[in-house]
Amino acid sequence: MSIIQAQNVKKTYNADTIPVHALNDVTLNVEEGEFTAIVGPSGCGKTTLLNILGGLDDATLGHVEIDGTSITQMSDSDLIDFRLHHIGFVFQAYNLIPVLTTKENVEFIMLLQKQDEKTRDARGMELLTEMGIADKADKRPSELSGGQQQRVAVARALASKPKFVLADEPTANLDSQSTKDLLDIMLRLNEEEGITFVFSTHDQRVIDRAKRIVYLDDGKIVNDVTVKK
Amino acid sequence: MIIKLAWRNIWRNKRRSYLTIGSIMFAVILAVFMRSMQFGSYENMIENSVRFYTGHVQIHQNGYWDDQVIDHSMATDSNLLESLHQIEGVTDVVPRMESFILSAYGTKTRGSLIMGIDPQAEHGLTGLKDKLIEGEYLEMDDSSVLISEGLAKYLKMEVGDTLVLLGQGYHSASAAAIYPVKGIVKFPVKAQNDQSVFLPIPQAQWLFDAPELLTSISLMVDKVGHVAAVTNAVKSQVDLETLEVMDWQELTPELLQAIEIDNLSSKFMLYILYLVIGFGMLGTFMMMTAERQYEFGVMISIGMSRLKMQLVIALEMMMMTFLALFIGIGATLPGLIYLNLNPIKLTGEMAVAAEKQGVEALIKFSLVPEIFLNQAWAIFFMALFLGFYPLRSIQKLKPVKAMRGD
Repeated sequence: MSIIQAQNVKKTYNADTIPVHALNDVTLNVEEGEFTAIVGPSGCGKTTLLNILGGLDDATLGHVEIDGTSITQMSDSDLIDFRLHHIGFVFQAYNLIPVLTTKENVEFIMLLQKQDEKTRDARGMELLTEMGIADKADKRPSELSGGQQQRVAVARALASKPKFVLADEPTANLDSQSTKDLLDIMLRLNEEEGITFVFSTHDQRVIDRAKRIVYLDDGKIVNDVTVKK
Repeated sequence: MIIKLAWRNIWRNKRRSYLTIGSIMFAVILAVFMRSMQFGSYENMIENSVRFYTGHVQIHQNGYWDDQVIDHSMATDSNLLESLHQIEGVTDVVPRMESFILSAYGTKTRGSLIMGIDPQAEHGLTGLKDKLIEGEYLEMDDSSVLISEGLAKYLKMEVGDTLVLLGQGYHSASAAAIYPVKGIVKFPVKAQNDQSVFLPIPQAQWLFDAPELLTSISLMVDKVGHVAAVTNAVKSQVDLETLEVMDWQELTPELLQAIEIDNLSSKFMLYILYLVIGFGMLGTFMMMTAERQYEFGVMISIGMSRLKMQLVIALEMMMMTFLALFIGIGATLPGLIYLNLNPIKLTGEMAVAAEKQGVEALIKFSLVPEIFLNQAWAIFFMALFLGFYPLRSIQKLKPVKAMRGD
């Protein structure tokens, strides 16, 4: 079953002056449980595609459905609520809340979902344990390494029990070991818990471990490969 | 966690927060001190006028207040004075018989304000007995006078000397008498100190040939807030066709006007001060917003509603301003309490200037809650108004643009 359906998506910046076509008629379906990498050179439209799939940006033309719900015409507040309950985000720069501890960062999403304290506490610790950073629960992000921060970001993305996780260049700021550790975690979550991951990258180490690779160039999908492993 | 988040956010940039809190705090301290001193001086002026002279409410013959001559005296009896005592809130009832007369001793003469008083009641209102610096205080059945220190000095009189009084009595009767000086009183207000003569009411009525007549009855009320009720009660007891009942505001309109004008100019200064603080606060709020655009973008992306984020920012702003406000007020309170209990005594030319204006040469500090509440409201509304900038910025924020740094 397709969890993400993007049909004929176009995105044009500066339509009134010098138009830049970031996405040009992109159609992409992502099935539940996939581990998909969107790859391509800088400026090919990877981040724009992820933003549109995540409801962070509007498509100029085209249609996006998430788990059977069209997000194309959704109001701003409905979209925020939809993201909160259906989509997990991991960003290149981790983007943790600097004044909250590791555990509070993970619990924050659940707080927004109005989950009770007991549930938040249990799920927060469970996720941190799963990420191998339970001992850092009371540390602030500034006291963690980049790899550890990105693991917290993944835990935060999973805290809301989303339908899928969108990760924009999640390993771009990580060293080799941290990249390997993070990919191990993401793959394990994908294989053991069936969590769908869609991430943009141009890091070959990540591409090598993806199960599906969507190649973008000049805003168009030029290749879509499912890797048999 | 929203409150925790807001509180911790304040301390993300400690130096900036300290500076903002410090600037608001010092402005509050300055404003509170300024207003306390002004309110204190107004209270002093009112106190001088009410406590030392008019009382809170006065009763006279119709037309007396506009034309204060002895011919406009009113006929009274002891029943009226007694019934005034019974009104709830009335603490003192002070009858007077006042006029102007020429005082003389030896070769010196001076126009004087002569006041026939009930010595005990007068002391209750003005504390006249406490102002005695020589001799003894009057009794109701005395045939002697008290004179003010300035007048005694001018006439070169001492206790025991005989004062000559010469003037016009009721309906042009001649008023002439001699009285021994029983005591000398000293007033802080120069005009009063230079020309006052006190004698018991029966003597004044005899002198002015005005038996059973009074020029005024002053009432003191326990609380200023009860004045209106007491005034109404008095009006219901007297014949308003022949008598007029006035409260202290009607009795001293020029004083109120002077206070209002002074208050306006100091409010103007205060607004300038607020404007300066306002710009400081706006600067901080703008910086807080600008440097966190990326973070706001992330939070909206992960599912935090704009309203919740606005709530966090509003809480941050309120916490910061109220922290400054409470520290500011807390810092001023001990000093203000001390100064309220121990007013600063003016000396030299400043004292002379104050006395010339008819007020005690004191700088008093007020502690009325209004002073503190007004600062709190002003700062609160300023934060609320200036807070629109970050709140609007969050409302208009596009997460993708914010995260791109556009």
